[in-house]
Amino acid sequence: MSKLFPKSANRLPLQIIIYVFVLGGIVTAATNYYATPKYTRVGYAPVQPVPFSHTLHAGELGLDCRYCHSNVEKSGHANIPSSQTCMNCHSIIKANSPLLEPVRTSYETGNPVPWVNVHVLPEYAYFNHSVHIARGVSCVECHGRIDQMDVVTHAKPLSMGFCLDCHREPEKFIRSPELVTKLDWKHPGGVEGQLEQGKKFVHDWNVKPPQSCSGCHR
Amino acid sequence: MRYVYLATFFVVVLTVGILGFRGSISSRPPLEVFPDMDRQPKLRPQDASTFFADGRADRPLPVGVVARGSMRADAAVYQGRAAVGDWVRGIPSAVTVDARFLQRGRERYSISCAPCHGALGDGNGITKAYGMGATPTFHDDRLRTMAEGEVYNTITNGKGTMMGYADKVVPEDRWAIVAYVRALQRAQHGSVADVPTAHKAELGIQ
Repeated sequence: MSKLFPKSANRLPLQIIIYVFVLGGIVTAATNYYATPKYTRVGYAPVQPVPFSHTLHAGELGLDCRYCHSNVEKSGHANIPSSQTCMNCHSIIKANSPLLEPVRTSYETGNPVPWVNVHVLPEYAYFNHSVHIARGVSCVECHGRIDQMDVVTHAKPLSMGFCLDCHREPEKFIRSPELVTKLDWKHPGGVEGQLEQGKKFVHDWNVKPPQSCSGCHR
Repeated sequence: MRYVYLATFFVVVLTVGILGFRGSISSRPPLEVFPDMDRQPKLRPQDASTFFADGRADRPLPVGVVARGSMRADAAVYQGRAAVGDWVRGIPSAVTVDARFLQRGRERYSISCAPCHGALGDGNGITKAYGMGATPTFHDDRLRTMAEGEVYNTITNGKGTMMGYADKVVPEDRWAIVAYVRALQRAQHGSVADVPTAHKAELGIQ
């Protein structure tokens, strides 16, 4: 009678067990790497109806973020500006540019320019811009160096872990509220300077960022 | 067994090849695993909506409706108009002018006005280099003697090629800007006599 299984089959159960662990490790690592906002959201740069350059407007011209996003200090929602905001300058500057045609049409008809929203939180998460601006959390902490983006790109993951990094240690991030729109600002004292000043602000302003579920999922 | 590991390695390389790395630029919308939780049947500010004829979720106020607490009856404060139909002179008494108010004015001026009018109010803002026509200086007699109410009205409704800023700057902040513009004008017309004696030495003047 011939042997049904070769001798090497004796090692097979162990090899299968080892392989299952290896495969499990690979799947875990892949999920960890790909199935988080660090992969799914970061780098999202939709094509906009008008190729508006923040590099030019916020960087070179030095327009304050709040010239256009004028409600960000008063409202939970940071508004996309009306087309009149564009026309404040573009009724004179580059008034006939074909690239600005959607803006002119919008201004004449009253229908909004169909801008594509880049940073969209899941709707089970609550976020309020004004409270963060008022307590010196700069735009740059969540949006990155918008003033260096020709095309606005989703720079930070905006995941729950990302929010909690700051909610647990706000002193690492908060600055004087006058400086919130200065995207290139870093504390001149470096990390220690930021920590020292941040701790003072957290104490003086009684900053208590919620870490409970209902703080954001309300 | 070697072939199984080789096949696994091939699958891994294929996956990385297709999915790429974190942070790669893409114009495709982010993947949402449970979209019915991420996108709920509710309307957020500036959303699109198929319910209303104009396609917008934001509703304009019906004509003649005033929201509670938004009544703007005081013509001096909200329109800059004096009782007799002329522009008010001075800042209306309902608005308190103090150092904090001027600081607020400076901040608002830097955000909304300085791009064209310049940090000094001389009309040499950054937009001039890009073709914005003659932005007037604040420091000639016409604007130095202009009534505060008229300056307020210009911020609100615009004038000439300048469009109104009523949607961006609230009335209180408009008065703060008016006060700061007055401070800018004062600063450009200072004299040696205005410098406090204690500071004269710093400037090297007698």
